[in-house]
Amino acid sequence: MSNIKLESNVPEGPLAEKWTKYRGSMNLVAPNNKRRIDVIVVGTGLAGASAAATLGELGYNVHVFTFHDSPRRAHSIAAQGGINAAKNYQNDGDSVYRLFYDTIKGGDYRSREANVHRLAEASTDIIDQCVAQGVPFAREYGGLLANRSFGGVQVSRTFYARGQTGQQLLIGAYQALSRQVATGKVKLYNRHEMLDLVKVDGKARGIITRNLLTGKLERFAAHCVVLATGGYGNVFYLSTNAMGSNVSAGWRAVRKGALMANPCFTQIHPTCIPVSGEYQSKLTLMSESLRNDGRVWVPKKAEDAAAIREGRMKGNDIAEEDRDYYLERRYPAFGNLVPRDVASRAAKTACDEGNGVAPTGLAVFLDFAAAIERYGKAEAYSLGLGDNVSDAKIRELGEKVVEQKYGNLFEMYEKITGENPYKNPMKIFPAVHYTMGGLWVDYNLETNVSGLFALGEANFSDHGANRLGASALMQGLADGYFVIPYTIGQFLSKEIRTPKIKNDSPEFMAAEKAVQERLDKLLNIKGNQSVESFHRRLGKYMWEYCGMARNAEGLNKGIKLIQALREEFYKDVFIPGAADEYNPELEKATRVADFLELGEVMMRDALNREESCGGHFREEYKTEDGEARRNDEDFTYVAAWEWDEENNINLHKEQLEFNNVELKTRSYK
Amino acid sequence: MNLQLKIWRQKNAESKGYFETYKVEATEHMSFLEMLDVLNEQLIQEKKEPVVFEHDCREGICGACSMVINGQPHGPMAATTTCQLHMRHFKNGQTITIEPFRAKAFPILKDLSVDRSSFDSIIQSGGYISVNTGQAPDGNSIPIEKDLAGKAFDAATCIGCGACVAACPNGSAMLFTSAKVSHLGLLPQGEVEHKRRVKNMVEQMDKEGFGMCSNTKACEAECPKEISVENIARLNRNYMNSILTGE
Ligand SMILES: Cc1cc2nc3c(=O)[nH]c(=O)nc-3n(C[C@H](O)[C@H](O)[C@H](O)COP(=O)(O)OP(=O)(O)OC[C@H]3O[C@@H](n4cnc5c(N)ncnc54)[C@H](O)[C@@H]3O)c2cc1C
Ligand code: SF4
Ligand code: FES
Repeated sequence: MSNIKLESNVPEGPLAEKWTKYRGSMNLVAPNNKRRIDVIVVGTGLAGASAAATLGELGYNVHVFTFHDSPRRAHSIAAQGGINAAKNYQNDGDSVYRLFYDTIKGGDYRSREANVHRLAEASTDIIDQCVAQGVPFAREYGGLLANRSFGGVQVSRTFYARGQTGQQLLIGAYQALSRQVATGKVKLYNRHEMLDLVKVDGKARGIITRNLLTGKLERFAAHCVVLATGGYGNVFYLSTNAMGSNVSAGWRAVRKGALMANPCFTQIHPTCIPVSGEYQSKLTLMSESLRNDGRVWVPKKAEDAAAIREGRMKGNDIAEEDRDYYLERRYPAFGNLVPRDVASRAAKTACDEGNGVAPTGLAVFLDFAAAIERYGKAEAYSLGLGDNVSDAKIRELGEKVVEQKYGNLFEMYEKITGENPYKNPMKIFPAVHYTMGGLWVDYNLETNVSGLFALGEANFSDHGANRLGASALMQGLADGYFVIPYTIGQFLSKEIRTPKIKNDSPEFMAAEKAVQERLDKLLNIKGNQSVESFHRRLGKYMWEYCGMARNAEGLNKGIKLIQALREEFYKDVFIPGAADEYNPELEKATRVADFLELGEVMMRDALNREESCGGHFREEYKTEDGEARRNDEDFTYVAAWEWDEENNINLHKEQLEFNNVELKTRSYK
Repeated sequence: MNLQLKIWRQKNAESKGYFETYKVEATEHMSFLEMLDVLNEQLIQEKKEPVVFEHDCREGICGACSMVINGQPHGPMAATTTCQLHMRHFKNGQTITIEPFRAKAFPILKDLSVDRSSFDSIIQSGGYISVNTGQAPDGNSIPIEKDLAGKAFDAATCIGCGACVAACPNGSAMLFTSAKVSHLGLLPQGEVEHKRRVKNMVEQMDKEGFGMCSNTKACEAECPKEISVENIARLNRNYMNSILTGE
């Protein structure tokens, strides 16, 4: 076990002034020096593209990598619902402090106060920046920006571009990046996958990549390395993440000494299209914004639920009084807008009690009938149609409003399920969606490996044990546009005399050789089972033992199963093709190999954390009415895991201090 | 349902391609790509090389998936990407032909995967608004009419898939390029450098080897995001304008 001391490096001073003061007193790198400094950015999602573009604008020589064919394909493109900002344009009492407070509370008091406050501060600049780039946010008739609400909050602070907010924000960042590529300040390497991190004298100085078209391994050197490589939800096999999302960049950093923080904090999103068959490899999210207008329910009577499951009845056939709007019943203050972890667990409970509505028993209804009627009436009124409008007309008008707000989501639902959600309630079920855990970073977003930074979903920093909706886009862009461009200077200002880093030092050559050996080893197993089949089995273990509800017995069992699976993988996996060609199966294999190690660490983390908080629900630790029971006395810390050179998994702790908010039991009742 | 697939196989950019026929059993709930997953799993079990195709989000938003199904880019359903196409739209016993997007500016890399980085080059030539991080005024300082913002949004929903190019008999990228020009040019923020943008992007399009537009409208018909050819008309007007005013 290494002797690692985790310093958060949070600056002194009152919470609200820390960032401004720190920013004003940081070490700067002069323009003539920036020109001589190389920065590697891995990832071109919101975090990576915004960082690379901004660092290029500042004058650094940026080298940016993505395994995709174009930066615009990063998983961020799929974000639907929106992005938060404390603009208070709605005059509903929002403020930087309130956004900070909601995020800390939503995260169940397991994040760092100072980081979260900085995030809330940056949020308003993000909106300005994106508008200036041409992001076509939704607007009101007066031409000003529109907002909506997301779960876990009582103000309307979410900016959106129909159901395609991630797409529009990513295209904004991609365009800013493209502009820098055109000036030559940023060099873009597409279809290049980072397969290792290179350290020289303890500092991160480069990466080894594989050209995914030719298979060629290459060594890239720089003064520092920034990872913005996204989340690891695909360790569960089935998730709402894009198929290619993976943990390998971060995991390779862990194998070079970085720490994985709170890996078990996984967000299971309550509104996804339920699983329909074994052949599925991906689940589809229905944006949380739908909970603004959709009401969640299951039948009260088990026999009604059974009739729906068997196709003898439809949701609409159930009388109003026979429906259980369980979120509104259990959480009257927040109703359908409780945070995600709470909504997901409640859906699981409803289905465990036998009231699920899909053939598998695993689905609840999300119903828009009431919203359609409400909007239809309002629309009829504003059109001056008077009181004797037919119900059909009201429905028609209401459906139009709903279409304007959520049209593409409804369309997507219909394409996938073949059912019309305007006429029948949607069926939804929770699915893995986001990972709050990630590489441990300090206030500067630097990992414990000097010169290695992590941004966006790849780090653990701001969301504690549960992320609020519309806050990942905010964090990715805050990190990339407004944090790293400053904090990277704290490291680089000490490197201005460091000459160009050479990519043929013994460290680089050894790292390249090790990657080559790893690939050869995998290809030479020549076993009988596909990579996909291993991934699917790993996902089942993760979901079963480290999913929505966890307990010590299951976790202990899960750890053994994963260890055995890993062994089997290295004996019996079959990868067709060769290393020196375009070979997607080989790409999958290296990613699954890393997931097989991460999975075990996640289970160990879940086992270690003997409390329930946010997305981490330990069945042994709950209140009488089934709510999560946190243990602040023993677990107000970040669990940062090391995988050392002898393959031991060791725990390091960063104690969390709360000087500005009082630790309370999270209540949405 | 039992299907016969005629799939284009090509080892790499240099080698010659050919069609190979496969049999696969699918269900109507599967998406088209899930059906191909089943085929690939089958091929791997037989120790053969799976079919390479691009995909990532499987939600119709990343623009990665790209194949020509029975002669149509993204297959038979309007406004639908390949990943969102479901097997319920095919019949038991049917033969389905699957090919890569074909265009001079999209060289084939392997099987169904093509190189679309020429689209990135077009964006790099001017598909952005020149604003550095931190220079922006307050987001509400310039009100934008709701309908205008909506129009810009409609153009901005292009996913960069390239189906328009694959559908066009001339391999033109006019729909893609015009969508970007409209998205940015319609907004007050993007107006300032509009003329320069138009000229540079059109020239880059030619340099990348995309063909001329002859108004067949095949692009609009196959575009999964229903990008309108009105954008092309707008681009043509803008381009003439930027030439005539000498910028
Ligand atoms: C369906 C869906 C909807 C969502 N909706 C919302 C929402 O409405 N609001 C919200 O706030 N959040 C939302 N989220 C979450 C949010 O989209 C993500 O957390 C966020 O986009 C992550 O951005 P990122 O930049 O950190 O990573 P990503 O966008 O995942 O980008 C990762 C990048 O790293 C590259 N990469 C990774 N590994 C390597 C490697 N080894 N070598 C080279 N390159 C590599 C990839 O190519 C890619 O460019 C949603 C998530 C999902 C799944
Ligand atoms: S215009 Fe349509 S078809 Fe062409 S790239 Fe964009 S989305 Fe694809
Ligand atoms: S896989 Fe993303 S659009 Fe089809």
